[in-house]
Amino acid sequence: MAKESKKAVDFEKIKANLGQEFKPVQILNSDAKVVDEDLMANFSDDQLVDFMKKIVWERALHEQTMNFSRQGRLGFYAPTAGEEASEMGTVSAFKDNDFLLPAYRDVPQLIQHGATVTEAYLWSRGHVKGNQFKARALMPQIIIGAQMVETAGVALGLKKNGEDAVAFSYTGDGGTSQGDTYEGMNFAGAFQAPAVFIIQNNGFAISVPRKKQTAAATLAQKAVAAGIPSVQVDGMDVLACYQVAKEAREFAVAGNGPVMIETLTYRFGAHSSAGDDPSRYRTKEEEQPWFDIDPLIRMRKFLTEKKLWSQEQEDSYVEECKNSFKDAIKEADGVEPEKVSDMLKHTFEVPTPDIKKQIAEFEAKESK
Amino acid sequence: MAKKSYIQAITDGLDIVLNEDPKTLIFGEDVGKNGGVFRTTQGLQEKYGEDRVFDTPLAESGVLGLAIGLGLTGWRPIPEIQFMGFTFEAVDSVAGQMARTRFRFGAEKNLPITIRTPFGGGTHTAEMHADNLENFFTGIPGLRVVTPSNPYDAKGMVISAIENNDPVLFMENLKLYRSMKDDIPDEKYTVPLDTAKVVQEGTDVTIVAYSAEVNESLKVAEKLAKENISVEVVDLRSLSPIDTDTIFASVEKTHKVVVVQEAQKMAGVGAQVASEISENAIMSLDAPIARVAAPNSVYPFAQAENVWIPAADDIEAKVREVL
Repeated sequence: MAKESKKAVDFEKIKANLGQEFKPVQILNSDAKVVDEDLMANFSDDQLVDFMKKIVWERALHEQTMNFSRQGRLGFYAPTAGEEASEMGTVSAFKDNDFLLPAYRDVPQLIQHGATVTEAYLWSRGHVKGNQFKARALMPQIIIGAQMVETAGVALGLKKNGEDAVAFSYTGDGGTSQGDTYEGMNFAGAFQAPAVFIIQNNGFAISVPRKKQTAAATLAQKAVAAGIPSVQVDGMDVLACYQVAKEAREFAVAGNGPVMIETLTYRFGAHSSAGDDPSRYRTKEEEQPWFDIDPLIRMRKFLTEKKLWSQEQEDSYVEECKNSFKDAIKEADGVEPEKVSDMLKHTFEVPTPDIKKQIAEFEAKESK
Repeated sequence: MAKKSYIQAITDGLDIVLNEDPKTLIFGEDVGKNGGVFRTTQGLQEKYGEDRVFDTPLAESGVLGLAIGLGLTGWRPIPEIQFMGFTFEAVDSVAGQMARTRFRFGAEKNLPITIRTPFGGGTHTAEMHADNLENFFTGIPGLRVVTPSNPYDAKGMVISAIENNDPVLFMENLKLYRSMKDDIPDEKYTVPLDTAKVVQEGTDVTIVAYSAEVNESLKVAEKLAKENISVEVVDLRSLSPIDTDTIFASVEKTHKVVVVQEAQKMAGVGAQVASEISENAIMSLDAPIARVAAPNSVYPFAQAENVWIPAADDIEAKVREVL
């Protein structure tokens, strides 16, 4: 009779413990109660009101953009409602000279980082002027993961320049399955480059739930493979998102290498304006608990109790925002349509002989 | 002036630009201390330091993503992809990203990146090392694709490629690396990126070729000269854009043309050359445009390269057909 062989490894135990060290950072809980007074002490009243205004601004932007989109006045748009804390909290931690590499849902951060709403609308419609913003940033990246490898390169470039700046980028939960996401974090780690990778985990990649992306208990633990520190944060808590991003930036810019942040958030609506219908793959019962912890409601409750905010203040600010968005779309309407001859000129600095011929052809056509 | 191989000529060119422009950076797999798997970057890290010439992790998409990011922050990257077959891993970085950066920004930004990569058959490499993948890249707007056929051009073109402010894919032929030597000026010189060159004057028939097939074509020209057949050989040098003026001028003189490539026939550079001639210079022709290319199979296993790669005999047969 064979005796029971002794095992070298307890895989069951290892599996059960994977990712258990990650617990979301939180400052203000879903009941709008402060859970960490020491961290809360980092924020002045003005700062708290500023975060509230940014959340309100982003929600108003979302609503107005959806309206314009329904009216056919905008093109591609990826809704952002529900993600205001994750987006406004993190982006507020970065400075103007930091280099932003956004994904397609990260237009609000791009605007906060220096692009105008008019430019964002032109990007949505598909016009080159939408990409000619003054912000130190790339336009929203459509190829999921590409921004991650590019972030490693930008971060290394900033480091070589000796700049007091970081590269920061965003992707979603689905994006963590891409090879480029791993390569980007791993390259940044290998070069100890100042990058902050922000994973906005909103639970879904179009219709595919987060659990189908990976067996990993958290997305934050994926950074372990790159040898870089990572953290999970309550993505519906704007203060926690800001605090974590700020500390990540400080860590990276001090020469300690990159950081990855996973924000736990939720997409309240459709994946995009291009006909996605979340009722095909989500139930009301699944959605409701997330609607209940709306970052807007949480901050409103907290600040109202502190007498720093009122409904009247909010209503008038929403009105102000919406008016500015209406002005922005009017400005976008006034932008000249693109010409083919310009597109050809934009292809190479010194046009190739075949492009030169095509420029001449199109200029002749355009002058008629 | 010294006799130098194709590899040494490229090393020379890299040395010159590293010395001249402190913003140039060479990086890739094994390009640093090891000096590259073919010794093309031999001695450069020692001379310019690890900040300028450095190894990367083994990930092609990462390498070219790194190049894009460095290019966006003011650097002039010269990344290497160890073998062209591995560019598949990084096609988005080239086609989806760097080649369209200038366009995306409406000419407000350029990416001055030169991707160096070896390719080409005849040296019995393992799978995915020798594939002629230029067909993939010549269809990408915003990307120049060039390939020298001799050491002199290799040095002049690598310098031009690096100095160019748009992305260039610089293809280096494995078989040519050590098989020929040219007299190379020691000092800096450049060879234009978008001009073909008549490497053999002739009056009876034009052969349009590039890379290693230029040498095969020159063998044919030499052989046929003994029969008083005068062959003109045009080396394309640039595969995107194609210098049609030089081709048309030759065809107007010889009235017959054979287009030669090592790559498979389908959708290749030869097809582009043939269609340019048929669109613009058909009235100059006395015979149909002929093409010599590899069969439309996957690139052969090493032992079968000799029956698969188009060689001088195949070119000679086609030339006799059109004559």
